[in-house]
Amino acid sequence: MGRLKDITVSVWHFYRDGFRNMTWGRPLVWLILLKIFILFAVLRVFFFKPAMSGMTEEQKIETVAERMTGRP
Amino acid sequence: MDVVTWSRIQFAMTAAYHWLFVPLTLGLALVMAVMETIYVVRKDEFWKKAARFWMKLFAVNFAVGIATGIILEFEFGTNWSNYSWFVGDMFGAPLAIEGILAFFMEATFFAVMFFGWDKVSKRFHLASTWLTGIGATISAYWILVANGWMQNPVGTTFNPDTVRSEMASVSAFWEVISNPVAVSKFCHSVTSGWVTGGIFVVGVSSWYLLKGRHRKFALSSIIVGGLVGLVGSGAVMLSGDSSGVHAAEFQPMKLAAAEGLRDGGRGAAFTIVPGIKVPKMLSILATHQLDGYVPGINDIINGYTDNDGNVVPSVSEKIRMGRESLDALAKYRSLKDTDPEAAAVAKAEMEENVQYMGYGHLEKPEDVIPPVGVVFWAFRFMVGLGMLMALVLLLTLFFAWKDKLAGKRWLLWIAIICIPLVYICGQCGWIVAEVGRQPWTIQGLLPVNVAISSLSAGAVKTTFFVFLAVFALFLAIEIRIMLGAIRKGPEVEPENN
Repeated sequence: MGRLKDITVSVWHFYRDGFRNMTWGRPLVWLILLKIFILFAVLRVFFFKPAMSGMTEEQKIETVAERMTGRP
Repeated sequence: MDVVTWSRIQFAMTAAYHWLFVPLTLGLALVMAVMETIYVVRKDEFWKKAARFWMKLFAVNFAVGIATGIILEFEFGTNWSNYSWFVGDMFGAPLAIEGILAFFMEATFFAVMFFGWDKVSKRFHLASTWLTGIGATISAYWILVANGWMQNPVGTTFNPDTVRSEMASVSAFWEVISNPVAVSKFCHSVTSGWVTGGIFVVGVSSWYLLKGRHRKFALSSIIVGGLVGLVGSGAVMLSGDSSGVHAAEFQPMKLAAAEGLRDGGRGAAFTIVPGIKVPKMLSILATHQLDGYVPGINDIINGYTDNDGNVVPSVSEKIRMGRESLDALAKYRSLKDTDPEAAAVAKAEMEENVQYMGYGHLEKPEDVIPPVGVVFWAFRFMVGLGMLMALVLLLTLFFAWKDKLAGKRWLLWIAIICIPLVYICGQCGWIVAEVGRQPWTIQGLLPVNVAISSLSAGAVKTTFFVFLAVFALFLAIEIRIMLGAIRKGPEVEPENN
């Protein structure tokens, strides 16, 4: 248990020190965070709602089946 | 333009944008891993600094490229919901494995690679660098398994109850992941990434030589980058050959479009450009036989006997069988709860022609012809630029080896110009692969007009321009950061400059 704790603390320090000592990489981290924010908090929420969200499994099957068996 | 066209344009733009970052990730990962290996073996600090410089550019590319693939998954759910439902069972496993691998393997070893210099042992760090690249490569495999299945849908059966293509067993999963189209597509795509990485390293290093900066670093990088790129070029040619054979076998219309071949035959000639042909070459490339049969567009429309003697029905016949299958599907679904016996008969009728089900959605035989001009020229640009890359890599390596490269300013300029050209080459490859298989999202099973969601063209147009603005902004940021890092140059010792 003690060993596991030591490893966890070491890993935590490794990442913490890595981020703290960043120089040229710091703007890249901000860039990644900005992009992920735009993707998930803006595009996903306002522009990319799944077309079949809110449907039950049966309703999804019916929707696709109707589209497939319809004629052009 | 209708909603299908706008959705296709949007998906094409997103995929093309994603493919700006992937090949450089795959290629630079190998270059820096090789450099770090030399550092660990020779214990020479110069190679450590060289590897760290390319790692910096790798990080810039990675930071801007990260999560661009997720947008494709957004589009699946919003624009292509029928398709997403249809492939849900089959895509679930490979994409989940890809997600888990990408996140845990790349994220873990990526962190060790960047934060771990002087904190972990040399060998552990080296292993992390290699595993970052291997993780990215394995991720690519799972994505290309999904793409390969769309080009050649093996290992699945259509379930009329769920309206999905499903994998029925473990052996089906194996069939999907060992799909020959996926394997050759993986080899072709990954090794084209090595060429991209090699050209990028050679081009940037050439700029240093032109500027009279970091001479030793530039020449050493050209040797490593050039070798990686050249090995990649050889592997691209070999895997391209197998891609051609697979196209002939599984997607003959794509091959006919790429060749602009209206009427095929035995001993078909290969068109280099219109008016210049190499006799029998197309048959050799497509079938590995001098007089192998290659069908043209008209043969595919009207029906033909393939190289193995199998009779391939005309497209009109396939449309008829596809419509019978779809009618039987509708009948099965209307009867399954009320008349199980009649439903079983309808199901058997549906299964009889299920391989042509997608054709039932087409209006006329000509609907199976992709945009021939686009595919024809994209193929020629891909091959032509690919050969140019191989030649430039060979020449730069030769002159670098002879220590005469710094004086060959014309070659250094060409190497720099090759950086944008190698990207155009890769994009052309995807145009051949994806435009060439139109009208299908899944070959023979689901055309794009059925795969689409019930959306308005206006909604897709809006998101297209939002994406265009966001993508352009991030690309501009990446290029700015990348050029800044290149201008600053590597932190090699003064005596090495």
